[in-house]
Amino acid sequence: MKRVLRNALAAAAAAGAVSLSLTAMQPAAAATPKDMLVMATMLDEFSTLDPAEVYELVPEEYIANTYDRLVRVDLKDPSKFNGDVAQSWSVSPDGLTFTFKIRSGLKFHSGNPLTADDVAWSIQRTVLLDKGAAAVLQGIGLTKDNALKNVKKVDDTTVSVTTDQKYAPTFVLNVLGAWPASVVDRQLLLTHQQNNDYGNAWLRTNEAGSGAYRLVKWSANESLILQRFDGYRVPLAMKRIVLRHVPEASGQRLLLENGDADVARNLSPDDLTALEKSGKARATAVPQATLLYLGLNVKNPNLAKPDVQEAMKWLIDYNGIQTNIAKSTYKVHQTFLPEGFLGALNTNPYHQDVAKAKALLARAGLPNGFNVTMDVRSSYPYNEIAQAVQANLAQGGIKVEIIPGDNKQTLAKYRARQHDIYIGEWSADYIDPHSNAQGFAWNPDNSDKSSYKMLAWRNSWDIPELTKETNAALAEASAAKRAQLYETMQKQMLAHSPFVIMFQQVSQVAVRPGVSGLEVGPINDLVSYLHVNKQ
Amino acid sequence: MSTPVTALDRLRALPARNAGLRAALFALRWLITLAVTFVGLLAVTFVIGRKVPIDPVLAVLGDRASASAYAATRAALGLDKPLAVQFWIYARDVLHGNLGTSLLTSNPVLTDIQRVFPATLELATLSTVIGVLIGVPLGVLAAVRHNRLIDHVARFIGLVGSSVPVFWLGLMGLLLFYAKLHWVSGPGRLDPVFDGMVDTRTGSLLIDALAAGEWDVFFNALSHIALPAAILGYYSVAYLSRMTRSFMLDQLSQEYITTARAKGLPERRVVWVHALRNVMVPLLTVIALSYSFLLEGSVLTEIVFAWPGIGSYLTGALLNADMNAVLGSTLVIGATFIALNLLTDALYRVFDPRAR
Repeated sequence: MKRVLRNALAAAAAAGAVSLSLTAMQPAAAATPKDMLVMATMLDEFSTLDPAEVYELVPEEYIANTYDRLVRVDLKDPSKFNGDVAQSWSVSPDGLTFTFKIRSGLKFHSGNPLTADDVAWSIQRTVLLDKGAAAVLQGIGLTKDNALKNVKKVDDTTVSVTTDQKYAPTFVLNVLGAWPASVVDRQLLLTHQQNNDYGNAWLRTNEAGSGAYRLVKWSANESLILQRFDGYRVPLAMKRIVLRHVPEASGQRLLLENGDADVARNLSPDDLTALEKSGKARATAVPQATLLYLGLNVKNPNLAKPDVQEAMKWLIDYNGIQTNIAKSTYKVHQTFLPEGFLGALNTNPYHQDVAKAKALLARAGLPNGFNVTMDVRSSYPYNEIAQAVQANLAQGGIKVEIIPGDNKQTLAKYRARQHDIYIGEWSADYIDPHSNAQGFAWNPDNSDKSSYKMLAWRNSWDIPELTKETNAALAEASAAKRAQLYETMQKQMLAHSPFVIMFQQVSQVAVRPGVSGLEVGPINDLVSYLHVNKQ
Repeated sequence: MSTPVTALDRLRALPARNAGLRAALFALRWLITLAVTFVGLLAVTFVIGRKVPIDPVLAVLGDRASASAYAATRAALGLDKPLAVQFWIYARDVLHGNLGTSLLTSNPVLTDIQRVFPATLELATLSTVIGVLIGVPLGVLAAVRHNRLIDHVARFIGLVGSSVPVFWLGLMGLLLFYAKLHWVSGPGRLDPVFDGMVDTRTGSLLIDALAAGEWDVFFNALSHIALPAAILGYYSVAYLSRMTRSFMLDQLSQEYITTARAKGLPERRVVWVHALRNVMVPLLTVIALSYSFLLEGSVLTEIVFAWPGIGSYLTGALLNADMNAVLGSTLVIGATFIALNLLTDALYRVFDPRAR
């Protein structure tokens, strides 16, 4: 028996030695190299690398750093723009035609020269491909029918874009400064064209830009490696930028603490608190152009009543949810323009007042409340916030049944207008107020066959007057007057609308000491690696 | 009344001199079963995938695309065709070796699977090796020293393995061995500085690095896989030791063991040759099942360790109605199960003369 024991122990010890030798082979690496920035983030949104097709947030960040565009909005003052490939620009007296002078001597990563032809072709390409990103350019009236006519190369260094109607110039520049208008290498793409796809099939997994960094390797849901473009017009300190897919927040924190990552983008509030205590990284809060709201479908007769809508706004405990659930990743915000936008009304008049809410429900003929369903995507923080909202509304007698589902599943139901209450987020495509006004306050056709399925439509909210006001604000050339128009609309919607806007997302960017210059704007399209430095 | 004679009965009745023909007919029968299994697997997964209330067009275009873009993409994906036609087109493409293109990565599904499956295979194989090398001796020992300290230890390991969630153990492992002790590397398969240093041949970083003679890359990959393999290996140890113990306890109480001992055979031979050989058949089934389970991809482990395996690939595809990726992954996992079954059948013949 002793021998059996000895043999078995020897076998177990041998096996243990194998596994231990695996663990002891090499200690964890120290810091990342000085000229390499490693960022722990989430890359599961990447389904394509073509700027004409991208519509998700993190891929926009990749496009922003690998491609140039005509102009970029100035992060310090969103009413101003800096030329990217455009040296200068002007607007015609009728306000319809924007003419851009292109810088000379620019080159793509392939070595091909960047010309006015490339700029015009790139914008036309996005519109003609008619993928997800085309919706942004359709905002200035560019369609498949008019793209070739309205976007023109005037001469070798000049491009003009003509809009279908007069818009605020800042709006047009915001649209032309967004990722769908990225300049692609026409010559390169034409060599990869199949079945008149403008090189789309090839560009989905490749890159054809002239931006600060060029793509080295993309492994879906694993990593994205960028290399400095030495021909770029601005000197760059980082030779390599590596984005690593680390889906678990705790994993991101450990990588950052151990020096295997320089930046972490998706830390949970608890991880942030622990990190700040350890002093191994510092976090910067950047308010994002993303709002978390309840959409109330007015097809439901109870939810259509203005008193009920207002009662629900008085029942929510905004501060309680922010303090206990959302913590540092959201802040209370109740108007449809996020903080930092032109005309944003930074006022939060609602707080929990159950007595006032009950009085409003009684006035609406529902003193005992009513039953209603809420579609919720099953992930943090939506689930937790939805449960808190459910408890808050129950205080007024509104009994909410939560229907959990996957994001795409709940979204499909929302887009089909089959929900009662939908809890979701809305992110601006560009930092012009119209991006959100179009979402919340614009519904030109409330029929089921409408081509415009924005948020007001999804909640069946028929608003001919407000739609006119949104159109008027869009056409207003004076920034001050425009801001005034949006303020008025926000006040109206605070009082009466089927939207309970609750929070604005706050991005917490955690970086290791010695890392500087990472510019994070309110949208991913305005994240720049240009000035990143490591000491 | 006579019993009807089936084709199988006629096959069995073939004279011994027709052994070659009999083997060919059995192989044919097996191939037909395999084909039916695959078609069934495809059909069931396809119908489930098409019936889930997720719109794959939204995964491609986002929720703000124009109506024309939506209609064009829906048509391009073939979603405007009847379900039977969609299935026929898909099955036809699969027969031509084309698993389609993934909506989520824009890559051919075959390319994606060639990337993610080796990552899972590498992890699952290492975990199973750890499981077998530690779990089987531990189980034998627990049975031999029944109700003694070592048995209690084995049972405790089994209990923890059945009750502690893998993601918790993974996070604790990371905290201790990576963050505190610095014995292993953190999440991911490789440090970014080593990324792209070896050409992908087999997809296993360990093998590819060895083949290229890149020892730095090999040791870095080893230090990344060590912890997830040890964690999954622990669960394998817990399961295999429990099962081995149970099988061995059953065998050690048999009369032939008493006879062997009475004949004066050394205890080592009684346990390791007589008893263990008799538990090899059920044990092989259990090991194969455990290995198959790991080859499906352990989603939670893959998430905690940022391991780009087939489990997270399949889950992401399912949640986005990326049907080509779902069907492709299902086919690969199905084929793996079938291959492991075949291998187990072959090994039965080695250990059990009755199966020959």
